[in-house]
Amino acid sequence: MQKTIKKYWPIFVLPTLAAFIIGFIWPFIWGIYLSFCQFTTVQDVTFVGLSNYAKIWIDDTFTHAFFFTAAFTVVSVVLINAFGFGLALLLTRKLRGTNIFRTVFFMPNLIGGIVLGYIWKTLLDGVLTLMSKPLLSLDETYGFWGLVILMCWQQIGYMMIIYIAGLQNVPIDLIEAARIDGASNRQILFRVKIPMVMPSFTICLFLTLTNSFKLFDQNLSLTAGEPAKASQMLALNIYDTFYARSGAQWKGIGQAKAVVFFLLVVVIALAQLRLTRSKEVQQ
Amino acid sequence: MTFQAKRRTNTILSILLSILSLIYIYPIALILFNSLKEERAISTTRVFELPTAETLTGLANYIYGIQEMDFLKSFGYSLIITVSSVVLILLCCSMCAWYITRVAGKLSKTMYYLCVFSMVVPFQMVMFTLAKTADTLKLNNPFNICIIYLGFGAGLAVFMFTGFMKSMPVEIEEAAMIDGCNPIQIFFRVVMPILKPTMISTAILETMWVWNDYLLPTLVLDIRTYRTIPMAIQYFRGSYGSVQMGPMMACIIITVLPIIILYLLCQKHIIEGVVAGAVKG
Repeated sequence: MQKTIKKYWPIFVLPTLAAFIIGFIWPFIWGIYLSFCQFTTVQDVTFVGLSNYAKIWIDDTFTHAFFFTAAFTVVSVVLINAFGFGLALLLTRKLRGTNIFRTVFFMPNLIGGIVLGYIWKTLLDGVLTLMSKPLLSLDETYGFWGLVILMCWQQIGYMMIIYIAGLQNVPIDLIEAARIDGASNRQILFRVKIPMVMPSFTICLFLTLTNSFKLFDQNLSLTAGEPAKASQMLALNIYDTFYARSGAQWKGIGQAKAVVFFLLVVVIALAQLRLTRSKEVQQ
Repeated sequence: MTFQAKRRTNTILSILLSILSLIYIYPIALILFNSLKEERAISTTRVFELPTAETLTGLANYIYGIQEMDFLKSFGYSLIITVSSVVLILLCCSMCAWYITRVAGKLSKTMYYLCVFSMVVPFQMVMFTLAKTADTLKLNNPFNICIIYLGFGAGLAVFMFTGFMKSMPVEIEEAAMIDGCNPIQIFFRVVMPILKPTMISTAILETMWVWNDYLLPTLVLDIRTYRTIPMAIQYFRGSYGSVQMGPMMACIIITVLPIIILYLLCQKHIIEGVVAGAVKG
């Protein structure tokens, strides 16, 4: 059968492959090449070697964005997973209204990042004014926590759903056996449930980590990097370098930043998968 | 723990969760009643006031916002792009995934690993070159931008389909072949129907992505002619010196409303889709 199907590859694989080349492979390779060039349009490209990479640190916006993003990622990954798992534990207790709660907590996930940003900007600016504090776009610290709150609101429900699925798959006889052996609720949680849902932790950590690190839309609409680029995250910083700056060198530098950003994402994703996969138990 | 004590804890927990749910809905409710208020009653100091007889403007903000933002047009563009992209992704990627799982060879292996790889790459890495490529190939309008989405969304879809197909028995397909079906017939008559649940999950994940996507259409489409809903919202906000908050909030509500209605209608599928996507991803 393999041989017959193989003859049909132009029908089965070619459309996807062609679109994949146009939409991903070619832009990716070209992007790597352009990171070694100076260019403003695609016509006047001059090869400049590694100088774009050296110029990434010409001002400290990229470094600042890196630390801002790193801090944001750590805080939001911890909060989202803690709350997501906590809610999942509560919602697998067969409480009244479980379905309604699940529906409500998951809902923000379906709303796009741009719209979410404006919703929270209205709310948080109102709260800050009531407390007679500076607005979101005038203070870096409030901008940071605004982003964290927004991200939690959006992502907790999603992770909760994944944890619920994980918890429901824990075999009931395992928990009963533990209970007969005299395990307390706390012991059942830490010795049985958590080890059994380790695969869910792997997935959720991976998703929250990459989502937070690559965050763009929410950053653009909530703070737009204000004040003075202080609340810019890496993705927004790259966008800003590309499209908001005039001068022949900036596009090349932006592309070089994008390559560095890509490598960072790959390293983080691989490291995280390695780390948590090793903690999973065989079922 | 006695039965009664357990019941009491459960009641307390239910109440706490109810309060939390209200906090969760509050931001959207806030936008909803502000969208019904007069412009001067929406300033940051008065944003928490409920609309009163004096400040209530009815649907005026909605009418103004829909006209000013050209909302119906944006809605149409978003709809065309989302539907065409998702249909194309489902069709092409399921076919490709079937080939990958059934034929062992260099092509299958390369495709599979490239797809996995493409899911990790951040969009900023390719945004400039992708927009240029789209311009050169005239893929920069709402009617064929779906090819770009197929290219960039293929990773997730192929990955999900192959994940499911690995556990599909090959015997049914072999039987169909002995009965005289060619691979195309086998795919559409035998494989497709079995794939239905995965199709729904993938469709939901890809729809959520394409519908809400902001940066890709902004860079690829001409913003003066074609604006999807996220683009229109951002444009609306960015293009005026002083933003008219009322119409802005009205637009947010009409953007969010269809999504929430759709979600409430097919909640089961959406949640299952997310779980399936996460387990395979």
